[in-house]
Amino acid sequence: MKQEYDILVIGGGPGGALAAKTAALAGCSVCLIEKRPAIGVPVRCAEGVGEELLREFCEPDPKWISAKIDGARIVAPDGTTLDLKPEMAGNEVGFILDRKVFDRELVWQAAEAGADVFVKARAVDAIMQRGAVAGAKVEYGGVQRDVRAKVVIAADGVESKFARWCGIDTTVPMRELETCAQYVLSNIDIDPHKTVFYLGTEIAPEGYVWIFPKGERTANVGIGISGRKSGDGHRARDYLDAFVRDRFPGGKKTELIIGGVSVCKPLESTVADGLIIVGDAARVSDPITGGGIYNAMLTGKLAGQVAAECIAAGDTRKAALAKYDLLWRESRMGKAIARNHAVKEFFITLDDRKLNDLLSSVKNINLDEFSTLTLIKELIKRNPRLLLELRTLQKIIS
Amino acid sequence: MCAMLQIRREICGYCGACVSVCPEGALELIDAYLTVDDHCIGCGICARICPLGALEVTDETGI
Ligand SMILES: Cc1cc2nc3c(=O)[nH]c(=O)nc-3n(C[C@H](O)[C@H](O)[C@H](O)COP(=O)(O)OP(=O)(O)OC[C@H]3O[C@@H](n4cnc5c(N)ncnc54)[C@H](O)[C@@H]3O)c2cc1C
Repeated sequence: MKQEYDILVIGGGPGGALAAKTAALAGCSVCLIEKRPAIGVPVRCAEGVGEELLREFCEPDPKWISAKIDGARIVAPDGTTLDLKPEMAGNEVGFILDRKVFDRELVWQAAEAGADVFVKARAVDAIMQRGAVAGAKVEYGGVQRDVRAKVVIAADGVESKFARWCGIDTTVPMRELETCAQYVLSNIDIDPHKTVFYLGTEIAPEGYVWIFPKGERTANVGIGISGRKSGDGHRARDYLDAFVRDRFPGGKKTELIIGGVSVCKPLESTVADGLIIVGDAARVSDPITGGGIYNAMLTGKLAGQVAAECIAAGDTRKAALAKYDLLWRESRMGKAIARNHAVKEFFITLDDRKLNDLLSSVKNINLDEFSTLTLIKELIKRNPRLLLELRTLQKIIS
Repeated sequence: MCAMLQIRREICGYCGACVSVCPEGALELIDAYLTVDDHCIGCGICARICPLGALEVTDETGI
């Protein structure tokens, strides 16, 4: 590990990997540090990603794809099902990844592009110089050392501390933290090419249960609920156990995965002097689905790009790095986050009866393209009875 | 200090969800090892949201 780099990337998830790869390809000297001893494990994800979104970064490779998804089913609280046909489900979930392999592959690509990579290397504090971020104190092999950089990219995930050490409040409000539990469940009867989502206050208050196939008879079966709905005896894992007992009594739990997903608004600013924040650390996961793989990759890539440009131009102050903040906010993803946050705030006010009404109203719909947006537009069109409430929604969307 | 956060390591799955909601930045996940420092005010938010129930605020008054 050198004492100085152009760019220091903290965290070896998809956000950090894309940032490091992009910056290294642009000719910067880059160091990526990951505190865990291996990239990608333990997994904290349901591993679903849209096909077209993924293709913005790479060709899908069978070695990190567990399942190809060609349809989705949403189950209302009363059991009514809404099937989204193959042609239209692709945009929301196209693949179920094998993130152990996927994340590692992304970091390998960063290494091949020229980035230095260190595992079991943890940032323990920020180095500040005249109010600007100038690097990090890194614990590696039992020794603490200073690693200086012109730009630090904080890609340290949901448990991010780096931005906080730089003086930025990154606290996720309790009610906007989805607390999650998931089993990799084997020996279950599923449709291996369809994802299933269960809604309802009994099943998953202010959240949902998901079944994401990993194989013919194996799936990620998990749940996320709002932090404010969680407590002793009714935690994410309690809800999950109840669901599994009920639907998959013969299922074999081959992996327990837990984690938190933020569904709040992104950080007010994702840059500071000498600092860019990406992915989950910037709180950019989707407020409706909780999906953050693509969002981390996109923000990581933009961060690598802008950091390299600013370094070449000799100005890494906040005002220069702000181009990154602007770029992601104005991207399709940035707009979707803003919109979906407002939509999510509306949806959590609905009780089960209203959810049932809504979902049965769009049964057998034929959308040209399925996305959360088209689905919600359709909901509005078909629900004159709920018009008053939906009008707020309409305003948000149009 | 009157409140203390107990971490039950045999239950903790070191996922880091608690770190993200801590208003004081008192928690830190060191790979597979969760730590709490003396900035903890015993607010209990982390204990509520923990997916597994590995955290508990105990009242240490009078001990
Ligand atoms: C249960 C669950 C299900 C999910 N399902 C989906 C899904 O189906 N689809 C989807 O798109 N998204 C999903 N997500 C969200 C997705 O996992 C994240 O959005 C994504 O991993 C974010 O990538 P990232 O690179 O920002 O952070 P991460 O992947 O979390 O990577 C951050 C890395 O930084 C490291 N790190 C942290 N602090 C330090 C430090 N001080 N020093 C060095 N390294 C450090 C961490 O060890 C970690 O490896 C899910 C999340 C959960 C919890």
